[in-house]
Amino acid sequence: MSNAQAPTLEVRDLQTYFFTKGGIARAVDGVSFTVERGKVLGLVGESGSGKTVTGFSVLGLVDEPGRVVGGEILYHGENLVTASPDRMRALRGANIAMIFQDPMMTLNPVLRIDTQMIEAIQAHEQVSDDDARQRARDALGQVGIPSPDERLRSYPHQFSGGMRQRVAIAIALLNKPDLIVADEPTTALDVTIQGQILFEVQKLCEETGTALIWITHDLSVVAGLADDICVMYAGRVVEQGAVDNVLDRPMHPYTHGLIGSVPSRNKRGQPLSQIPGMTPSLLALPEGCAFSARCPRVGDACSAIPDVSAPEAGRELRCHYPILEAAP
Amino acid sequence: MTVAQDNMDVAVAAHGDDRDKFEGVQTPFRRFLSDYCESKLAVIGFFVISAITLVAIFAPLLAPTDPYDLASVSIMDSRLAPGQAMMTGTTAHLGTDGAGRDMVSAMIYGLRISLGVGIGSGVIAMVIGISVGLFSAYAGGRVDSVVMRIVDIQLSFPAILVALILLVTLGKGVDKTIIALVVVQWAYYARTIRGTALVERRREYIESAVCLGLSERRIMFRHLLPNCLAPMIVVGTMQVAHAISLEATLSFLGLGMPQTEPSLGRLISNGFEYIMSGKYWISVYPGIALLVTIVSINLVGDRLRDVLNPRLQK
Amino acid sequence: MSVFIIRRLLQAGLVVVVMSFIVFSGVFMVGDPIEILVSDDADQEERDRMIKSMGLDKPFIVQYGLFVAKAVQGDLGESFVFNEPALLLILDRMPATMELAVVALLIAVVFGIPLGVWAGLKPDSLASKSIMTGSILGFSLPTFWVGIMMILLFAVYLGWLPSTGRGDVQVILGMPISVFSWDGFSHVLMPAVNLALFKLSLVIRLARAGTREVMHQDYIKFARAKGLSDSRIILIHVMKNIMIPVVTVLGLEFGGLVAFSVVTETVFAWPGMGKLLIDSIGQLDRPVIVAYLMIIVFLFVFINLFVDILYSLLDPRVRLQDVKA
Repeated sequence: MSNAQAPTLEVRDLQTYFFTKGGIARAVDGVSFTVERGKVLGLVGESGSGKTVTGFSVLGLVDEPGRVVGGEILYHGENLVTASPDRMRALRGANIAMIFQDPMMTLNPVLRIDTQMIEAIQAHEQVSDDDARQRARDALGQVGIPSPDERLRSYPHQFSGGMRQRVAIAIALLNKPDLIVADEPTTALDVTIQGQILFEVQKLCEETGTALIWITHDLSVVAGLADDICVMYAGRVVEQGAVDNVLDRPMHPYTHGLIGSVPSRNKRGQPLSQIPGMTPSLLALPEGCAFSARCPRVGDACSAIPDVSAPEAGRELRCHYPILEAAP
Repeated sequence: MTVAQDNMDVAVAAHGDDRDKFEGVQTPFRRFLSDYCESKLAVIGFFVISAITLVAIFAPLLAPTDPYDLASVSIMDSRLAPGQAMMTGTTAHLGTDGAGRDMVSAMIYGLRISLGVGIGSGVIAMVIGISVGLFSAYAGGRVDSVVMRIVDIQLSFPAILVALILLVTLGKGVDKTIIALVVVQWAYYARTIRGTALVERRREYIESAVCLGLSERRIMFRHLLPNCLAPMIVVGTMQVAHAISLEATLSFLGLGMPQTEPSLGRLISNGFEYIMSGKYWISVYPGIALLVTIVSINLVGDRLRDVLNPRLQK
Repeated sequence: MSVFIIRRLLQAGLVVVVMSFIVFSGVFMVGDPIEILVSDDADQEERDRMIKSMGLDKPFIVQYGLFVAKAVQGDLGESFVFNEPALLLILDRMPATMELAVVALLIAVVFGIPLGVWAGLKPDSLASKSIMTGSILGFSLPTFWVGIMMILLFAVYLGWLPSTGRGDVQVILGMPISVFSWDGFSHVLMPAVNLALFKLSLVIRLARAGTREVMHQDYIKFARAKGLSDSRIILIHVMKNIMIPVVTVLGLEFGGLVAFSVVTETVFAWPGMGKLLIDSIGQLDRPVIVAYLMIIVFLFVFINLFVDILYSLLDPRVRLQDVKA
């Protein structure tokens, strides 16, 4: 089933819908991207754009009333959408790991750190308690936690937020996965801690060849960390390509607006540009392009959903009126 | 002991106790209604309890005989099986009790007493509890901690025991039973309303009312109270069911309602001595009436709790 | 930790003192013991002598003081009816009540937690809805009526189980216990189930509410992301979290079981201290009523203290707060 030449992860036309009382919410609607070995993909979008649900879909952790209703998630060529629950459980934590957004909530408050680390190892391998503890200790040291032996016997509430996120990252790394889905792991942290963690994650990916999907709304993080970028809006990827390419010459009006609304030193004194309006509700998306209501370049064609086009090699775009001239 | 209660509050708050969940209920009535009606059982419960209440109110019109009218009750009629005819010619559809009273009539009147005592004590306890709880929350500081200690200590003793002691001291009677039930219940209301009020008090609308220079009493009763009512409705419904059950239990133990004004519990108690000889109807039918009453109230209360609880709405 | 225990001990002591006063003054108003003790044809002189010998002529406060002075020495007065020390009478009946309460608690936990967790994991399944409807029934059913119905069904009509009394008692580890013999078990089964019904519903609801709350937490999703099996997630991650409220409430409710056994013991003529209380109320046997209530107060204070300590062992966050405090 698995294929050595295949990329670590290839998502094709993924559709994850939530069947709620108020109607069907198309949280992820036709998302495609590829992550190669050792590469970092930045998945960018506002809250509610479907980036987190995309991450959960990859791990098979979409909760009721949500369901993956279409598309393929190919992990080394193996389709995870059709994989059995047992197979998914075996892959989760061992081959594909996830880091969550809020470090205060990801560790079970009533279990000690060692319990929560050792069980993650023993869920996948027959390892003695002593060996597992040894590995847990090493993993804590790896993410820069001082006196790991002592810390193993602590409860989560005895750690600060940054320390907890390091523990969560250590747990994700325990079984040397080759794909990590990181869902805004630094958003809840101080800027200095954020920098340390980014640096360490980047180092680890280079050393181990682990592929990384970094979900965030922070373009500056993506700019410094990612190789490729996917910009999501209302459940669809509106633009993707190599990170420098896309950030330097955004073609989609949404990406353009997103970059324009980041404050920067070069633009001091000038008013920040902003995207008017707000993210539409997934239950009541406008006809056609979901961004049309907020788009400065909206035209007649926008009443139909734009197809994916490839304006140049390595770039993909969903827009009827892309910004193709040089950046203003 | 009181600290155990505190700890329990912490645990319960962290693990989803009802009181903390009600903060900020602003559900429009129609959405509330459609949410409520999603549970068929709850709708049935509402109609059953409405019907029972009507029966209790119009008891004298509905009962075939008057069980309090000694002239029409004959000892010759005692323990007739269901369906047999009494001396007066009336058919006793559910049999007669040990004193020769028609069970249907005795139950309808018994229902009236049980429901009256339950609702009456519930309303009085609610008024007292709300006053004390709001006052405590608003006064804060030492007053608040003393009042809450008293509430905690009282709640740490089982209701049945407190009521038992009170009735041993006070004696039998409708008024005494109501007093005992009020004493048992007020603390629940006080604690619930205080908890909600403390949460609500930190909200901006109270602060803006304070900034407007409104009087404290006006803030408490016109601004704070209406926003704390949702949990009170739930607690109130459940407490009425609890009070009815408690009154029946006390009457069964020989305390509470006197023999001359038999509540459902007293009727069941009267039939207990005939159970061994297989004369089931004297205990069984009043028990079913009691059960249906309490279950319907609880079904309504349970649904209200779910509907008025914003944390469960997704 | 020790500061925490001492502070709670002091509070407990205060509660005992206050409650003893309330209990004594409450029961002080009940009936006139002279009416029971002196025969109807006794003359006034004999009545006065009796009143004097029992100290009933002294002011209320003095009587209370005498009561406390004796109570501290373990003397809670002598039963008017049995002419025995009230304390001994109650201690004699206590094992039967404790046995009943413990068996009922076990029934509530052993059946309640799995049912509640199941209902919390699959809230929309038919089984869960039946469990929850059943628990409403358990809350609504008046204990004494269920007891009567159980007797009617299992003793009168089916004849499977004895309707009243306690079975053969064996002395195990110095405790008179009946549940380990068939005869004893058949006697204890009906009253214990009867007493357990209410707590069973409570445990089901607590376990369900806890499970639903915990299952939505990120740490459960993270545990799943680690690839843990469902059984480990439920048995370790969910259970340890829901055990905190369940243990707290159950601990506090054990006192409730003992108190509510008053009703069950009356229905099933179980020879415990609850039945003794009801009998004593009927006979206006004041010292026994007071002694029973004082023992219950002690029991409750002890249980609360015990739960506090157990609770701090279960939840590491509470321990931290106490260190800080």
